[in-house]
Amino acid sequence: TTVTGTRGRSAAVAIAALVIAAGIPLWWKTTETYRAWLPAARISELEALQLELRVEVEVVFARGTLSPEQQKKVPASRITYESCCKSKSLCLVEADHALHTLTETSCGSVVIYIIPEASALLPQDMRVYVGRSRTALLRSQVASVVGAGLPEVLAALDPQMEQVLQTMSFNHQDVTAALTDRLRPGLSTRDSLADSMRAFKSSPGYEITFSLLNPDPKHHQLHWDVEAALDAYIYPLLHKMAPVANFSVDSQILYYAVLGVNPRYDASASAYTLSADSLAHVINPVEARLGSNAASSNPVLNFLLYVPDSLHSPLIIRNDQKQEVASNAFHSPRWGGIMVYNVDGAYGNDTQFPVDIAIDMSRVMGVFLSQLRLMLGFQQTGAPPGFVLEAAGREGVAEWELDRLLWSRSVENVATASASITSLAQLLDQIANIVINDNIAQQVASAVTALQAAVAELEAGNLALALEHSREAISASERAFFDPSLLHLLYFPDDQKFAIYIPLFLPMCVPILLSLLKIFREVQQHRAEKRAKRD
Amino acid sequence: SNPPVAPEISSSVALDFVLIGRTSAFLLLHQARAERFFRSDHTNNWAVLVCTSRFWFNYRHVANTLSVYRSVKRLGIPDSHIVLMLADDMACNHRNPKPATVFSHKNMELNVYGDDVEVDYRGYEVTVENFLRVLTGRLPPSTPRSKRLLSDDHSNILIYLTGHGGNGFLKFQDSEEISNVELADAFEQMWQKRRYNELLFIIDTCQGASMYERFYSPNLMALASSQVGEDSLSHQPDLAIGVHLMDRYTFYLLEFLEDIHPASQANMNDLFKVCPKSQCVSTPGHRTDLFQRDPGSVLITDFFGSVRKVEITMETINLTPHTETALAYVDQLPVAQIIHQKPKQKDWHPPDGFILGLWTLILLVFFRTYGIKHLKHIF
Repeated sequence: TTVTGTRGRSAAVAIAALVIAAGIPLWWKTTETYRAWLPAARISELEALQLELRVEVEVVFARGTLSPEQQKKVPASRITYESCCKSKSLCLVEADHALHTLTETSCGSVVIYIIPEASALLPQDMRVYVGRSRTALLRSQVASVVGAGLPEVLAALDPQMEQVLQTMSFNHQDVTAALTDRLRPGLSTRDSLADSMRAFKSSPGYEITFSLLNPDPKHHQLHWDVEAALDAYIYPLLHKMAPVANFSVDSQILYYAVLGVNPRYDASASAYTLSADSLAHVINPVEARLGSNAASSNPVLNFLLYVPDSLHSPLIIRNDQKQEVASNAFHSPRWGGIMVYNVDGAYGNDTQFPVDIAIDMSRVMGVFLSQLRLMLGFQQTGAPPGFVLEAAGREGVAEWELDRLLWSRSVENVATASASITSLAQLLDQIANIVINDNIAQQVASAVTALQAAVAELEAGNLALALEHSREAISASERAFFDPSLLHLLYFPDDQKFAIYIPLFLPMCVPILLSLLKIFREVQQHRAEKRAKRD
Repeated sequence: SNPPVAPEISSSVALDFVLIGRTSAFLLLHQARAERFFRSDHTNNWAVLVCTSRFWFNYRHVANTLSVYRSVKRLGIPDSHIVLMLADDMACNHRNPKPATVFSHKNMELNVYGDDVEVDYRGYEVTVENFLRVLTGRLPPSTPRSKRLLSDDHSNILIYLTGHGGNGFLKFQDSEEISNVELADAFEQMWQKRRYNELLFIIDTCQGASMYERFYSPNLMALASSQVGEDSLSHQPDLAIGVHLMDRYTFYLLEFLEDIHPASQANMNDLFKVCPKSQCVSTPGHRTDLFQRDPGSVLITDFFGSVRKVEITMETINLTPHTETALAYVDQLPVAQIIHQKPKQKDWHPPDGFILGLWTLILLVFFRTYGIKHLKHIF
């Protein structure tokens, strides 16, 4: 019996040893979730990210602004420009255009030309002229500061230059507006909140739809040459915005589409009117019929051109003060715009219906272009006093306006990407049983690298490169955060885990434990006997 | 640079520029502008309406969801902004004596199925996983737009759940359940990505208040039809159809919502009073501690309707009319290129019989080498 006893004991001990040494690690390894390594140290650095934005400014002094002694101290390279222009108002535009061809400006930089006080180029009460392409003309009386060195001259110009740069590049308000959803509530003013609500958030692509609504095809046969109009007026702007996002444009005509509101007839103006408070209810009934591209998840901008039916023509929009609106159009933040186009003047009472009407696309596109600019994030800048801002004209947007947008977009992208990465890391930390695949780790790593590159480029002042890196960062971080595989294992409460493991392991563990206990007691007994025998 | 000569010279400008070195500027100056007042911060509305039970005797849950869907559509939210999940088809169920209808009241007064219903997730697609994927946005790239919740940081979302529930869970499809912890985590992930501005959560199940106990993200308001330990009861059966048509809470909620129109000024305090204990038998509960605005200032249409913010367009751009250019056919593909397209590449296969011949050859060689006597071992 002792042989079988020892054999039994050693068997029990061996089984217990096998279970503990091999079984438990095996069970642990096979039930563990695969989590690829994430660069946690770099991600925690992102939480304390400091952004520094640098603008390259080139200051060029005209003859007559510096005294001869100051001129000698300045590194000189002379550029002579002379032009004769037909009329005084065109002089500024031509001068600006010629100056633009003289110096090369990279994306994000600003060139300020200082012209003498007595110059006839600017009208009397205007101090600053901002052209269409990153140049500004500043009138100042620096030459009167006699005996001052170059640093003093620049210091004297500082406040004015700062004002110019705040208009042309960015100011504190723009930056906080770009960060509104990441800031604590209350830090941003109501106005910047309004601006951030109106423009679409940064997205890799946008879809723009132009729709013509014809509620009365029996009377109006409308022709709109939308393709040519888009080519001429809208595509130049979209091509300029190519570094920011991809755009896809389409158009449609909807028949028998009515506005959801009944306009009121106003005898004094002999027209039907829509008041400002009824405009909010116009959009919903129409939106159901607009449709959208089912394949993409990009935000959609809708621009509707509504031609009122012959019974309700002309239809004018009144604002809060009951005045007519020149554009006869309104827009809704983050949705698009609607313009009402009256055609009652094109025909008399006794014409044969339906009447062929060609829509004046330049007028229509003028309104849509300004609405599109608002939706894309070009704010209605109020020019500071003494400033003349050149209107954007046919290209739709001036270079410095585009730069402004690029600054705020880069900041927004960097903020959103870093917030996504840090919250993803936090989430994966908290929930221990989410599988982290290799591709997610790779996306996170590339997002972190692109973010650091974007911040470095913003510090160096290379706006175009910074925007590119920030776009890379945000697309990688969105792909990592919204990866479908991050939902694989759902929540398992602890009591359910026990309920699963106990019926499996308990019947197996109880004999092992009991036999180990028995062996232990026998060994103790044996030892006690041995001690007793010795004594 | 050459000065351009113009026929009439009324003024001439000569500027001599001296180039100075580059300087850099880093600015931080705060400018104040006029204040504008916005009552609420949302620009669009979304609704996620989920019915989680299947089988004919759970007709009332589908009717609940469809009545909220109907109200939400009537108040202006378009189908593209509604994600409707119905776990079973009652209108076209074999046991429905009135096919293509779902009634909310006996005497068949109101057909909530209507003729314009767009169900995004139907039948077995309504699972806990799909629901959480819709909320968090982690859908496979092939998911169409109508099945996604494409909300942004200025969206107000209404989430309505109904079905059979218990203390801390809600049953999906009679086979799985979602717990209140998972739901709270999903809302937190939505908040991390700023997928909502404000969220209203309504649940009509037994012990519904347990589902919103664990919420911890900001800007959430929750309503439930019953407290923990209480059952939510159904309203009344219809003897012709043979099942209970609606639950009490949603029945009185529908009655309340039928009085709301898009310009209504009713606020959330009125919604909290819907279905008191005398009518509902269970005690409805609500939770507003995570919500930043005062419920009295929150309009019903902030969540159930879709009232857009509108601004008049003041600025226009003057564009000169564009001259018509004749259509150029330069960009068209030459006809020859269209007709003579390259033939499709087909995979090369060896000619027929080749493989058979090859194997015959191999066998013959084998038997030549080793003798014919091995043949009997093969066959």
